[in-house]
Formats: sequence, structure tokens, C-alpha cells
Amino acid sequence: MLEINGLCKSFGGLQASQSVTLTVSQGGITSLIGPNGAGKTTLFALITGFHTPDSGTVRFLGEDITGLPPEAIAKRGMIRTFQTVQPFAGQTVRENIAVGAHLKIRGRTEALAKAETVAGLVGLGDRLDMDAGSLTVSGRKRLEVARALATDPKMILFDEVLAGLNPSEIRDVIPVINAIRDAGVTILLIEHVMQAVMSLSDYTWVLNQGAIIAEGPPREVVSNPGVIEAYLGKGMAERIAKREAASA
Amino acid sequence: MKSTNKLLVLIVVFGLIALAPLLITQESLLNIVIMTLYAALLGQAWNILGGYGGQVSFGHAAYFGTGAYTVAVLQIQFGINPWIGLAVGGFAASAVGAFIGFCTFRYGLRGSYFALVTLAFAEVLRILSNSVDFTGAGVGLLIPLERSAANFQFLTKAGFFWVIWAMTFAAFLTVWKIGNSRFGAQLMAVRDNEDAARALGVDAFRVKMGAIMLSGFFAGLAGVFYAQYFLYLDPYIAYGAAISVESLLVPIIGGMGTLFGPLLGAAALHGLSELSRAVIGDAPGISLVLYGVLLVIMVLFVPRGLAGLSSHLRVGKPATPKTEEGKGHA
Repeated sequence: MLEINGLCKSFGGLQASQSVTLTVSQGGITSLIGPNGAGKTTLFALITGFHTPDSGTVRFLGEDITGLPPEAIAKRGMIRTFQTVQPFAGQTVRENIAVGAHLKIRGRTEALAKAETVAGLVGLGDRLDMDAGSLTVSGRKRLEVARALATDPKMILFDEVLAGLNPSEIRDVIPVINAIRDAGVTILLIEHVMQAVMSLSDYTWVLNQGAIIAEGPPREVVSNPGVIEAYLGKGMAERIAKREAASA
Repeated sequence: MKSTNKLLVLIVVFGLIALAPLLITQESLLNIVIMTLYAALLGQAWNILGGYGGQVSFGHAAYFGTGAYTVAVLQIQFGINPWIGLAVGGFAASAVGAFIGFCTFRYGLRGSYFALVTLAFAEVLRILSNSVDFTGAGVGLLIPLERSAANFQFLTKAGFFWVIWAMTFAAFLTVWKIGNSRFGAQLMAVRDNEDAARALGVDAFRVKMGAIMLSGFFAGLAGVFYAQYFLYLDPYIAYGAAISVESLLVPIIGGMGTLFGPLLGAAALHGLSELSRAVIGDAPGISLVLYGVLLVIMVLFVPRGLAGLSSHLRVGKPATPKTEEGKGHA
């Protein structure tokens, strides 16, 4: 569904993305993990048109979308959310979600009705008339999900939608993401919460210093020595293996 | 307030204003009503772009002046009827808006950069109109007196009243419709967070272009009215900073991004300047001093404008929408 080929981007001397090649197949949840500063959010920005890649291509549903502006990519059915939540403060939750609904729906009444339905799906049904700026962090995260969902997307890119939530809130949001997948939306998520990565995703890509270093089902990937070293430092994989051998 | 209720209030308010020429026989009093409506039109024009779109313009004189000069030049140089000039003036101002919008939004100018560029465009137009012949250069243009309704020069103030009433009502209805449409929702989304709006598929450039063209159109109509009402124009009147300042002061005082803000702001400003004239006399520049003081007071104490004040005054109800406090969910 999404094919990224040799994507490169540098900011001055910093190579934020070094020839990244990655594919996401239709349906299911794919995750993208990596230590802080690995270039995950930059990759999202490159895919969704907020940054223009220096070289490489992005193909979505077989069509080359490299370098298109964000709104054109959104219209093709690929929507991203933001790591730092970006509510339209001063507008109500209902109005916020309706902006997403308006991508496909012209009429105001219909868009507002759609917003109400979507709010129910993500658990914001009781806060429809509240100012979006006064929502708690978990409420704002749900709002990000709701706005994206209201556009009727084919694919959603979630950027750390669980970051900043406490464990019980995470337990609440995970079923929401599963429900979106079950409705037929393909999901690519950046996540630091490993509990979520393990329980949600079918396939994982690992990014480090702007390059893909591993891929595979999440359980295999987390035991990959290269991945352990990327997170914990050089030599750690060996020491962990030794300790496990000693305790066995 | 629900949008249908807002429309109802709007119709009632303009219905009441329409009684003015029937109740007010004194021409000078009716003049105050006319000038208030005219300021409300100009303020509402600014409000579309600045209040709903968040693109603060310091150069609305560019559209006002274009409307005014269009109707005057067409009449004087080409003998074209001012009623035709009214439409042409509106569209010419809208075209100027499209040009300025294309030059600024195309390159992503926002905030103070956008404001400064609009100011510069208005100044460029002022200098141009000061130096070419067909606008009468620095001498200005005097529209020949020919009192008849067919010539957009009424015998009584009531005639002018109906014209400005209709144009202002049209502007307010348009803004009501904006607040209740996809275009408006996208415009406000761009105002509140342009990146988030674009991520949701909002074409920010197109939406802002729509806003600046609509805004320019109504400011142009205000300019046409001004030219026909006073029958005299010069570069400082048409493209000077005073008009730019008035057009932004009205909605800021009344409440930016609200439907009724410009009407409240216009009434407050004109009420104040009439009061000052009665108390202090017609000392030149005194109204500008008062405008400045009023602006400081408003920005300090009532940043949401007079329209925002009403929610403070509702006893027993919180001024802001209810918050999530105490509602913590697991």
C-alpha cells in the first residue's frame, strides 16, 4: 500500500534520513520504532509532504506522491497525526472533528453529525461541546485520532499517539486503535511504548540514525542484537546474552 | 448561540436598524447611523480575513481605495454610471486582494510579515494614485454633483441609508454563512493551526485566497459608498493609513472572529467620537487620541472584544466553556 524507496533528507550536515526503504502492506498495523532522534518523525513528515525529500520516492496505492503538498496527500486518503497534539483551541471538540469530516463532506450539518459519530468511537462523546484547548492530554490524543478518523482515510500515520498517557489510559486507547484497524484502515505508528508495539503491531521497522536497521515481527525484532545495541549501547547485546546464558 | 438563532438575531437587529430613517428626522443624527453602518461594513470586511482567517492586515485601505477610485474614475473619465461602478469597484478591490494574497500566501507569509507587506501594498497604491493623472494625482477627484437616485446621489440622507444598510446586511449575512459552512470551518482551522489543518486535507492557500478576495470585495464596496457619499477623494483619504486603522480597530474592539463584533465595535467607536465631539469640541486629532486609549484599554482588559464581554456578564455562568476539571476519566 505504501512503498518508500531510497528516501534521503539532510538538514545542513545532519542526515535525518539515509536512503530509507520501507513498505507497508494493506490492512493491519505496522510500527516504526527507534531511539530518540532516529528520524522517525522526519520520515513521517517526508511521507506526508511536510518536508520534501532530497532523493527517493514515496508511492501510495501505486501512485507516486513524492513532493506533493500535505493537503493533496490527505485527499488521497493518507492522514497523519502529530506527536505534539495540535488542537484548534477555542473551537469545540465537535468543530475540531468536523474539520476532518469536511475533507469528504461538503454540508455543514452532515459534517457535524459525522463528527458526533466519530467522537463516540474514540470515547469523546461526552465532551463534544467542550473547548478543545481545555481537554486533558489523553483527551487531546483522542481528538487527534478522531480528527484523522473523520476524514475517512485509507491509511493513518500515528505519531506517538500513546506518549504522555498513563498505563490505564493506554489500556483504554489500544482498543480504539484496534477498532480502527478492524474497520479496514491501514495503520503505521511510531511508538515508544513497547507494550503497545508488541500487542498492536503485526510488523515492525526499526530506524536508527536515519537508516533502517531491522525489520520483522515485533518479537523477533526486539531480540535482534543490532536493535538492542541501538537502544542500549555497543556491547550490550553480548552482555545480555552472557548473563542469560549464566542464569540458565 | 446556535447558528439558526444567530441568523434570527441578525435579522431582528437589522430590522430594528431599518426603522432609523422612519424614526429619525434629523439629518445629522441619521448621518451618525449611516457612518456607523459604513464602519461596520469596513470592519466586517477586515473581520473575514483577520478575525476568521487570522491573517492580520494593516493595509485594508488598498481595497477601500481601489473601490473608491474605481467608481470615481469610471464616472469622471469614462462617464460610466456609479451603480455599475459599485459592482466594478467591488470586483476590482477583490482582484487587488487576489493579487496581494497570491504574492503573500504563495510564499507562506504569516503574522507580522503578512501585516507589514499589506501595509506596504497600501502605501504603494497611495503613492501611485498620487503620481498618475487619471486619479487626479495629489489634487484628488471631485465627483460632479448631479443629485438623483439613478446617479447614486440621493436628495436625502435616507437614500444613502438604504444603500449602506443593504450592503452591510449583505456582508453580515455572508459572514453568518461563513460561520456555518465548510469554507468557514476550514478558514478557522487554518487560523488556529495551519499545519494541523493541512494534515487534514485543508488547502490553506486556496482558503486564504478565498478569504482575502471576499474581504477585499466588501472593503471595496465601503470605498464606493464613501466616494458617492462625500463626492471627493484624494490619495490620503483613499489609500491612507487612517482607513486601514479604522477597519482593524472596529472588529478588534467589537470582537474578532465573531459575527456581531464589527457592529458592536462600530457603534462603540462612533458613539465615542460623537461623545468626544460633544464634550471636548471638534479639536483636530482628538478622536485619534481617544481611539488609541480605547484600543489600549480593550487589549488590556477585554481582549476578546465587546462580543466576548457578553459571556462575562451572564451571571452564574462561566465565561469560558466548561473545562474538564474534576471529570478525570480512567
